[in-house]
Amino acid sequence: MMRKLILSILTILASLMAVVVVQAQDGGPILPNDDDVNAVAKQLYCPVCPNTPLDVCETQACQDWRAQIREQLTAGWTDQEIIDYFVVQYGERVLAEPNRRGFTSFVWLLPIVAVALGMIVLWQILKSWRTPQPQVPTPSVEKSISSEVLAKIEEELHQLD
Amino acid sequence: MLNDIGLIALFIAFALGAYSVFSSLYGGMKGIRKWVESARNASVLTFVFLTISVFVLVYALVNLDLSLAYVADVSSTAMSPFLRITALWGGQQGSILFWAWLMAGFVAVVMLRKWESDRVLMPYFIVTAMLTTTFFIGVTVIITNPFARLWHVPGASELITAVFQPSNAMPYIPEEGSGLNPLLRHFGMIGHPPTTYLGFTGFVIPFAFAISALVTGQSQGDDWIRTSRRWTLVAWIFLSIGLILGGRWAYDVLGWGGFWGWDPIENAMLMPWLTGTAFLHSVMMTEKRGMLKKWNMVLIILTYSLVLFGTFITRTGIVSSVHAFSKTALGPAFFVFIGFTFVGSLSLLIWRWNTLKTEHELESIVSRESAFLLQNLIFVAITFAVFWGTVFPLISELVTGTKITVGPPYYQKVTGPLFGVIVLLMGIAPLFAWRKQAIRKLGKSLLIPFVISLIIAALWGYAHRTHPGSFAGLWLTTFVLLTIVMEFWKGLRARIKSKQETLWVAFGKLVARNRRRYGGYIIHMAVIMIALGFIGDTFFKEETQGSLSVGETLTLNNYELRFNGLEIYPGSDGREVLEASTTLFKDGEAIQDLSPRRDFFVVQQQPVTIPGVYSTAAGDVYVLLVGWEEIGLTSSTFKIYINPLVNWVWIGGIVMMFGTLIAAWPSQKNLRSRSYVLKPGTPQLQPNAGD
Repeated sequence: MMRKLILSILTILASLMAVVVVQAQDGGPILPNDDDVNAVAKQLYCPVCPNTPLDVCETQACQDWRAQIREQLTAGWTDQEIIDYFVVQYGERVLAEPNRRGFTSFVWLLPIVAVALGMIVLWQILKSWRTPQPQVPTPSVEKSISSEVLAKIEEELHQLD
Repeated sequence: MLNDIGLIALFIAFALGAYSVFSSLYGGMKGIRKWVESARNASVLTFVFLTISVFVLVYALVNLDLSLAYVADVSSTAMSPFLRITALWGGQQGSILFWAWLMAGFVAVVMLRKWESDRVLMPYFIVTAMLTTTFFIGVTVIITNPFARLWHVPGASELITAVFQPSNAMPYIPEEGSGLNPLLRHFGMIGHPPTTYLGFTGFVIPFAFAISALVTGQSQGDDWIRTSRRWTLVAWIFLSIGLILGGRWAYDVLGWGGFWGWDPIENAMLMPWLTGTAFLHSVMMTEKRGMLKKWNMVLIILTYSLVLFGTFITRTGIVSSVHAFSKTALGPAFFVFIGFTFVGSLSLLIWRWNTLKTEHELESIVSRESAFLLQNLIFVAITFAVFWGTVFPLISELVTGTKITVGPPYYQKVTGPLFGVIVLLMGIAPLFAWRKQAIRKLGKSLLIPFVISLIIAALWGYAHRTHPGSFAGLWLTTFVLLTIVMEFWKGLRARIKSKQETLWVAFGKLVARNRRRYGGYIIHMAVIMIALGFIGDTFFKEETQGSLSVGETLTLNNYELRFNGLEIYPGSDGREVLEASTTLFKDGEAIQDLSPRRDFFVVQQQPVTIPGVYSTAAGDVYVLLVGWEEIGLTSSTFKIYINPLVNWVWIGGIVMMFGTLIAAWPSQKNLRSRSYVLKPGTPQLQPNAGD
C-alpha cells in the first residue's frame, strides 16, 4: 500500500516537477527534488540514531546521508539501488521494513502462524462447547478440553516468553 | 535537613511495605484477623510516608536544592516552577518513586473501602499488591535513590553519587542543574506521564484480586471480578488517555508529522492496553455466562506482566528507542521481578486449574460467545505481533549478530488487518444473542447499515480514487458506526413510543438505565473515531518539501504556503528560537498565518522542531521548518504535511472518557443488585463509594 501511495505521490510530483524543471532548465536533465529524496529516505532508518526514519532525522549525519541520496538520484540510481547500497554500507538495521529472507523472515512468519494456530484452537473449543443435547455427561469431556487448552496456552506463553 | 526527612520517610515506607506483606501473609495463612488488619494499616501508612517523601522531593525540585544529584540532573534555573514539579517524573529516580507512590495510593484507597463479603480476599490482596509496591520502593531505596547526593573525592576526576558520605569525600554542590530533556519541557508533561502511570499502576488492583481469588480458592465464584471491575475500568481509561496524550505530544514536539510511530516504548504501553481490553470483555462472559474463568486469569496475569515489562523497557532502555534517555543498572532487578510475577502467578493458576469449573453450553457456533472468543483471540494475536516485533531486534542480534529494525511497515501490515477484524466484531458482536444467533435475523438487522455504509463508502472512495486501499477501511468504520447508531435508535424508538418521551429525555433515561451497555457503545464509537484518524494517517497523508526565498510559495494539493520571513530571538527556558513567519493559502485565499519554529536548547545542544498547524475537523496542515540559510535569513526549507482526519483521534479520546464515565458510574440499581452477593446475616448494605 505504502509503495502505491509513494508511487502515486511521486507520479503527481513528477508531473508537477516536470513543468517547473522544463521552465527552469530549459529541457535539461531532471534534477531530483526534496520529495524524491524523502521518498527514498522514508524507506530507510537513520544508521546511527535509534528508531528514527531517515527522512525526518535532524542530525547533521542524516542531512549528509540525504545529500548523498540526492547525488545518487542525480546520477541516475534507482530507489532500490540506493537502498541496497545503504544496506551494504550500514547493515540491515537501515531497512524500515525488515527483510523476508533468512532469519529475519521469522518476524513475519511467527505472527501468521500464531493467528492460524489460534483459529484452529478456537474452532476446536467452540466445537466442543456446542451441546445440542444439554444432558450430555460432561466431566470427562471437560477434563480433556482443559488439558488441551492448558497445553495450547502454555505453548503460546512459551512463544511469548 | 528536609531532604533527610524525605529519605527517612522513604526508608520507613519500605519497612512498612515489607511488614505489610509478611504480616498479611502470616495472618492469611494462620487465619488470624488482627495480623491482616495490622497489614492493612501498614499499607495505608506506606502511602502516607511515601507521600512525605514525594513532597520533600518536589520541594527540593521547585527550590532547586542542587545538593541532590537528582535535582541537579533534571531541574534548572531556566525552568518554570511548573516544569520543575513535573521533573518529579522526568528522570529515572523520581519516576520510579512516583510509580511506587501512585501504586501505594491505589492500594490505600482499596484498603480504606468497606470490605464486605470479599473480606476473605483481603490478606492475599495485600500480599500481592504490597509486594509489587514494596519492590518499587526497594528499587528507589537501593538502586535509584532520588535523595542521593553528589560527592567529590579529592584527586578523583569524577563525582560520586551516593546516599551516604563515602570515606574522605566532600559534598559537592553544582552551581546549576542540567534541567529536563528539552523534549520533555512541554505542557504535555503534566498529562501523558501521570495518566500512563495511573493506568499502569491501577492494573495492580484487578491483578491482586485475581491472585487472591486463586490463593483462597474463591476464584470459582466471580466476586473478585465484580469487586474489581470498576477499578479495571479506571486503570484502562487512564492507560487509554495516556496513550492518546502520548500521541498528541509526539505530534506536537517530535516534528515528524505523525502521532504513532510504533516505537518500542509506544508498543510497551500498547501491549497491556490490548490485553487489558480483552480482559474487560472476557470478564463479561464470566459474569453473564460463567465461562472463561481460566482465560480471565491468563489475561489479567498477562496484562500485569506486560505492565511490568513496559516499565522495565521504558526505564532500562533495553530496547533502544528515542524515549530511552535513561540507561541504568536496573535491568537485572526488574528482570527477576517480572519473571517471578509471571511464573509465580501462572504456577498458581495451574495449581488451581481444576477448581475453575466453567459451564460450556452453546447451541450454535454463531453466538455472542464465539464472537467474544474470536475478539479475545485477535487482541492476544495483535499483542503477540507487537511483542514479537518489539523484541525481535534483540533476538536477531543475539542469534545472528545482525542488528535489524522493525519499523512501522511491519506493524501496519501485520496488525492492520487484525485491527480491521476487531472493528468489524465491534459492530456486529453486540447484536449477537448469547448461546445462539439466527443468521437470518442477524442479516435483517444488519441490512440497513450494510447498504447505507456501502453507498457512503463508494461515494467517498470515488472522490478519493487515488487511494483504493482506503475503501475497505472507510466502509468498515461507516458500517460499524451505523450499527451502533441503530442500536441507540432501537432503544430510543421503543421509549418514545411506549412512554411518550421526547427524544432527549428518552436518550438520557435509556443511557442512565443501561449504563454499562450504552457506555460501552459510546466507547465503541470513540474507537471508530480513533480508527478514522489512523485511516487518514495510513492512506491519505500527503507531504512535500521545498526551499523558499522570502515571498515564494510551496504548493501541496490545494494548499499554498508563502514564506514571509525568519527571525531569531531568545526564548524562555534557555532556548534560542528561530521562527519563520508564513501564510497558508487554500485555493488561493489566505486562511491563516503559521509560525513553525526551531527551538535550540543551548545548554543541551539539542534542537526541538515545533510545527505550525492549521487544524480543522477534516484534517491538519502541519508545517515544519526543516532548514534555513544561516546568512541573512532570507531562505528556508519547509516540509508540509496534510494529515487528514487526525483530529478525530483526540476527539475520540474525549468521547472515550465520557463513555467510560457512564459505564463505570455507580448507579442505584447496581448498588441494590449487589446485595445478592452478600452472605446471609451480613448487616445492611452500605453503598461503598470506592468500589
